[in-house]
Formats: sequence, structure tokens, C-alpha cells
Amino acid sequence: MTTYEAFNRPQRFLRLRQFSGKAVSILVTLVGLLLLTFTMGRLLPADPVLAVTGSEVDKATYERVYNELGLGEPIWRQFASYIGRMLTGDMGQSLTTGRPVAQDLLTVFPATIELALVAMLCGTLIGVPLGIVAAVNRGKLIDHIARIVGLAGHSIPIFWLGLMALFVFYAKLRWVGASGRIDILNEGLVPPITGLMLLDTALQGEWDVFRDALSHIILPGAILGYYSVAYISRMTRSFMLEQLGQEYIISARAKGVSRRQMIWSHAFKNIRVQLLTVIALTFGGLLDGAVLIETVFGWPGLGQYLTRGLKMNDMNVVMGAVLLIGIVFLTINIISDKLYRILDPRTR
Amino acid sequence: MTAIMTSSGARPKSWLKTDTPKDAFQASVQQLYQGWRRFTIHPLGLLGLGIILLLIATAIAAPWLTPYDPAAQDMMGRLQPPSAAHWLGTDEFGRDVFTRVVYGARTTLYIIMLVTIIVAPIGLIIGACAGYLGGWADEVLMRVTDIFLSFPGLVLALGFAAALGPGITNAIIAIALTAWPPMARLARAEALSLRNADFIAAVRLQGASRTRIITRHILPMCLPSVIVRITLNMAGVILTAAGLGFLGLGAQPPMAEWGAMVSTGREYMLDSPWVVAAPGIAIAVVSLAFNLAGDALRDVLDPKGGE
Repeated sequence: MTTYEAFNRPQRFLRLRQFSGKAVSILVTLVGLLLLTFTMGRLLPADPVLAVTGSEVDKATYERVYNELGLGEPIWRQFASYIGRMLTGDMGQSLTTGRPVAQDLLTVFPATIELALVAMLCGTLIGVPLGIVAAVNRGKLIDHIARIVGLAGHSIPIFWLGLMALFVFYAKLRWVGASGRIDILNEGLVPPITGLMLLDTALQGEWDVFRDALSHIILPGAILGYYSVAYISRMTRSFMLEQLGQEYIISARAKGVSRRQMIWSHAFKNIRVQLLTVIALTFGGLLDGAVLIETVFGWPGLGQYLTRGLKMNDMNVVMGAVLLIGIVFLTINIISDKLYRILDPRTR
Repeated sequence: MTAIMTSSGARPKSWLKTDTPKDAFQASVQQLYQGWRRFTIHPLGLLGLGIILLLIATAIAAPWLTPYDPAAQDMMGRLQPPSAAHWLGTDEFGRDVFTRVVYGARTTLYIIMLVTIIVAPIGLIIGACAGYLGGWADEVLMRVTDIFLSFPGLVLALGFAAALGPGITNAIIAIALTAWPPMARLARAEALSLRNADFIAAVRLQGASRTRIITRHILPMCLPSVIVRITLNMAGVILTAAGLGFLGLGAQPPMAEWGAMVSTGREYMLDSPWVVAAPGIAIAVVSLAFNLAGDALRDVLDPKGGE
């Protein structure tokens, strides 16, 4: 369709077409995600039959389980039934916990969400000011320093930084809590409402437990957040530079607006929407980092669940966790795209 | 880059600077030279390039840099602090940490080279086919690319590494599987812009087949930007490889790999922090070097992007 034709079509029809096109592409991507996790499950070296029966098994039982699992059927049939099971939320049993994977995922997911949210907050609080300072002092020493600070966060292996931070702040200085989300003494003291420890304790006014939870999350959260500083500060810097070069800034300066006011109430105001999209997009990368940081800090979240499953060759766990991460990642991409359209009047 | 510098020494400087290059070779050398000049105004980029060259030199000269064998165990001298004999101390098997860090450069370089060799052709072919053929081929290939892009890199690599079984080769395959989609996207964009170019139309009129047009004319034109993009992504590849090694899915013992060294050293970290500190710093420095060099490269190629 050429742009000329598109221009002449009724707007509503065009919207519908765009929407259905978008919906189809999301659906295709979802099926693709399922296909990828399905392939992973088939490639895993663990024998799915032995996983159910245990290694000591006679030939007849083996055959029976083999057929019950549908492993004798054609591969496309197996894939179709896999999709069917996923649609009903049946991800199978975990070998290590002995519970349904879907149920396990529901308990570990809030822990990762909480960690990623704290990380996002830390990344924003460091990254945005860093980017603005770099843009205002473009090309000067402070700009180079800001660049190195950001890039270092993107270069230092996150698991190593976590270990070093534990060594300094926990083992040597005793400033923060050890591994896990909360001290064993406080375990189970606050009934979960949202699953987010900080929010739950604050809502119920348990400030001692809140402080404990905070001392546990602050280190992994800050380190994970530092990873996203490079991207956030780089984007902030380039958005700010774009604004600072505009004519309205020059005329504002000519009218005698102070430097501080020019930066914060003129230029920064205009990049807020773009920044929000950028920050939302970092969330996906944070999930990646969370896998590593959770194993270092013993954080009972999705990442630790996934890596444990990998170590134990627990196929259902690996497939379920990877699928969940893929879906979250996809959702974030869609939301940040929508967010931009809703918040920025120019794209309407 | 050194080749250019020596050629500028052998020929008069005006050969590099004249506005009217006489042949294609002179023109392309001039372009490289000007790119190099723009690169050198970034001190941080030069620093990054220097570190990368140092990494390569270290990897090549590893046996001459240290008197020890990276796998030689000495149970009497385990977990010794840094000393004149062992610059970075020894690990839990009494192996010299400095030696293992030096040999780890070989592992890192091996991973980088293999990933590049695998990723570049896959990305190029998929992207060039999608861009040049268009239509259904484009739709299908780009959909597949999008699916791979809809996973965070490490998680996808983890899943594949686990599925293929631990080991350095499988880790490299897993990383390559997650690293090709951006290359394919880029190659497609290049191919799209070339598709309707006059010289392609001329080749087509001469009766060249589709395969010939793609392999002989489209692919070579996409190659430079794909290579540049791979360099930009190298820091990510190094970190993913280290992450896989840390989780026990990458290089297996006794191979010296920095991520795995951090992982095995963490048990002894409280009393012997050097076992963990040294390999971690090595990962960070090399990854930072690629980031710095890539940053400068980006500015050279797209002056309005970062500045």
C-alpha cells in the first residue's frame, strides 16, 4: 500500500487494519516463543521419561510412561499439545520442588519484580542526572567522566560486582543484610498482600521488618540498577542535547531565563516522555541481570529458580521460567510503545 | 590500522590527502585514513583500542609471559596471597592466578573470534535475503528475527547452553544463536537500500541470477556495517560468556576462563579475595575497552548520533 492510498482511506478502517496487523504479529511472536522453549525442552540432555520415573525403572514401565508423555507421537502433535497445555496454565511439575511449575513461578516472580523495580529506581536516580550533567557540560572533563562511569557499569560483570559488594558491605563493614529477602527471624512475620516485601511491610506498618527488607534489597538493587545507568544516561544526554540546540532554548536564554530554569523547566520537561519509554525498556535488560545477581545474593526470585532448574536438569522449570521471561519482555516492549503513543500528543 | 600508517610512510602525504584520488584503492585508503583521523580525536576510544591490542598480544604471548602452567596444581601452596613468586597469589588448587588470567585471555579471544565467524555469515545471509527478496521471504525471516530478539540475550543463551550441555563450544553456539538477530536487521536495512540501486538493475539486466546478485553484489556491500556492529556488541558477548562461565555452563575445568574462575573462587573469597578479584577485573577491563572503542567507532561512523 502506498502512502497515497493510505492517506485516502477512512481513518477508522486504517486504525482497525493497523490494530489487527499488530495483534497478528504479537500472536505469531508468542507462538515463536513457545516454539523456542519447546525446542529447548527437546534438546535438553535429560531423558524426560527417567525424569518422571527415576533412574531405576524396568522396560515395561518405561514404555508406558514414554507413551503417556506422548513422546511417540509426531513432533508437530507434541508441539500442539504443548501449546494447549500452556494455554491452560499447565507447565508440568518441578522435579526439585515437587510442585507445579506455574505455582512456583507465581511465588518467585514478585521477588524478581521487586528487585527489578528497586533497580530501575536506582538506575533512574543516577542515570538521568548523570546524563543531564554530561549534556550541559558537553565535551568537557565532566562529560568524559560521566561517560566512563556509565560505561563501567555496563562493562563490569554484575555477578563479580555483587560478590565484591558483599565482601565489602556485608563481610567487612556489616552495613547490610546477608543473602535472601529478609532475616530468618522476620520470616513469615508479615502476611503477603502483593508479594512485594517493601510494599507489604509498609502497608501493615511493620517498620522494623521494612528496614530489614530494605537492608537486604538495597545492595542487589543498586548493583542491578548501576548496570542500566549507561543506557539511561546516554539516552538522557542525547535527548537533552537535542533540546538544548533548539531555538526556543536560545530565545528563553535571550529573555533572561536562568540556566537552572532553562535546564529543568524547559528542556527536561520536554524529554520526560521519551525518558519514560527508555526507562521502561531497560526493564527487560534488568531481568537478564537479575538471573546473575539473584544467584549471588541468594535472592529467591525467578533467576535463582531458573539457574537451579538448569543445574538439576529440571526441564519443566527451565521451559516455564524462560517462557515467562520472554512474555514479560514482550509485554514491556508493547507497553512502552503504547506509553509513548499515549503520552506524546504528537504521535496521536 | 598499522598497514595504513606504513603505507602513508612509503608514499607522499599528499597521496592520502588529495581531493582527486586516481584509483579505487587510493580512494578507499583515503577514506580509512580519514576515519582513523576522526577516531584518534577520541582519547577514550584510543585507550580502548590499545587495551584490545594488548589482549591480543597477551593471548599470543601467554607462554612467554609466565613461567607456570595454567593447569599445574600445587596442593602445598594453595590460596597463597600475592607475592614476588605469584604476582596475583594462588587459587584453591595452588595454581598461579596471574598465569590463569593470562591464559584466560586466550579463552576470551577464542570466544570472540568464533562468535564473530558464526554470527557474521548468518546475520548477513538472512538479512541480505530478507532485504533483497522482499515479500514473503522478508516477512518470514524478519518474524523469526523478532522472535529471537524478544528474549533477553543472557536468558536465551542460558536456555540453549543448558539444552546443548555445558562446554565452551556449546556456550559459543548458544551465544551466537542470541547474537545474530541485530546483524540480520542491519544487513536487511542495507540490502533494502541497495535493492533498487542502478548498478543492481544493470547486473540483473545482464542476466545474473538471484543467488549471484545476493552473494556477489549485495553481501559484500553489507559486510562493513555488519563487522562494525559486531565490534559494538563484543562487550555484551564477553559479559554473556563470562556469565555462562560463572553459572557453570561455559568453559569446564581445568580450562582457564575468567567467569568460571570467579565462580570457583567465591567459596574462598572471605579469606583470599585475590582469587575472585583478578579475573573479575580482567573481564571488566576488556569489556570496557570494547565499549570505549565501540563508542568512538559509533561517533566516527555516525557523527550526529552520539554528539
